[in-house]
Amino acid sequence: MDAVLNTEIFILTLTFVAYFIAQNLQKKTKSIFLNPVLIAIILIIGFLWLFKIDIEVYQKGSRMIEFLLKPAIVALGVPLYQQLGKIKKQAIPIIVSQLVGCIVGVISVVLIAKFMGAPKEIVFSIAPKSVTTPIAMEVSKTLGGIPPLTASVVILFGIIGSIFGYEIMKITRIKSAISQGISMGTAAHVLGASKSMQISGNFGALSSIGLIINGVFTAILAPYIISFLSIWITF
Amino acid sequence: MRQVVIILGCLLFGEVVVHLTGIKMPSSIIGMILLTVLLELGWIKLAWVSGLSHFLTKNMAFFFVPPGVAIMLYLDLIKASFWPIIVASTLGTIIVFACTGWTHQLFMRHKNTFKKGKKS
Repeated sequence: MDAVLNTEIFILTLTFVAYFIAQNLQKKTKSIFLNPVLIAIILIIGFLWLFKIDIEVYQKGSRMIEFLLKPAIVALGVPLYQQLGKIKKQAIPIIVSQLVGCIVGVISVVLIAKFMGAPKEIVFSIAPKSVTTPIAMEVSKTLGGIPPLTASVVILFGIIGSIFGYEIMKITRIKSAISQGISMGTAAHVLGASKSMQISGNFGALSSIGLIINGVFTAILAPYIISFLSIWITF
Repeated sequence: MRQVVIILGCLLFGEVVVHLTGIKMPSSIIGMILLTVLLELGWIKLAWVSGLSHFLTKNMAFFFVPPGVAIMLYLDLIKASFWPIIVASTLGTIIVFACTGWTHQLFMRHKNTFKKGKKS
């Protein structure tokens, strides 16, 4: 039995089944707290623990799924191309706001975490936390963070951002509907975009602009922002 | 098959660029930008990649289940820095919402008054 549990096929099946169950659970309950990724991760960790399967065995077995992350980011080029017309029409507001969102996002998280005494691997892991998980994980790897930690923080705060985002923007007096849509993607990436998608397709498209552009800016700028900060702070 | 070749080709290009220039940027982002540029130039037709890219972006969430599970390996590290992680991420999220929204709103208003000024 142990031999079967440790095979690649079993690991892959386990992952697919866990995600399938988690997805159906969300479809049935429609609860935003039951994020399929989060539930699938919990189910798998529970299963591994119950059957005493080594986490290293799981990692080796699931490499095939993780490999698809990179092509998935490349594939984001298609929605980006489809939104290009909209982006060109208001290039300056979008580019400036995304630049601000990216820089402020990285600096605020890094400084707060640093001053609360977090070690540098932790600080670098959460630096890209506003951007979509696959990009954030790549950025985290480039910076010297811990990609799995980045993934969990990104998912968790994406959920929180998508739940409270519109409330936060109401309090901070962001009234323009376009600004709201875009910020939702900038601050809460895919999860924010899916929340916007529930309001309307147009909102969803705006959020996807925010999520992609902030993702690109963060990927390009985060290493430089960190080197810039390290002039004053020793990580 | 063409779809796979195009996506992987863009990714490979990104890997080569990173390798040759030593640029601090994920190869996948370079691949994504290349794909967008090629589509915009019309060198690649949307129909050539739409199927696979739709599949990949629609199921993107699934691909980070395995890296999420790996969190188990770092529980001690997280426990040690639990509060910095939570506080920094919460405040950071609020700050990003506010600053992005404000900036975008401000620039839109400027753009609109500029247009109105032009018309009158």
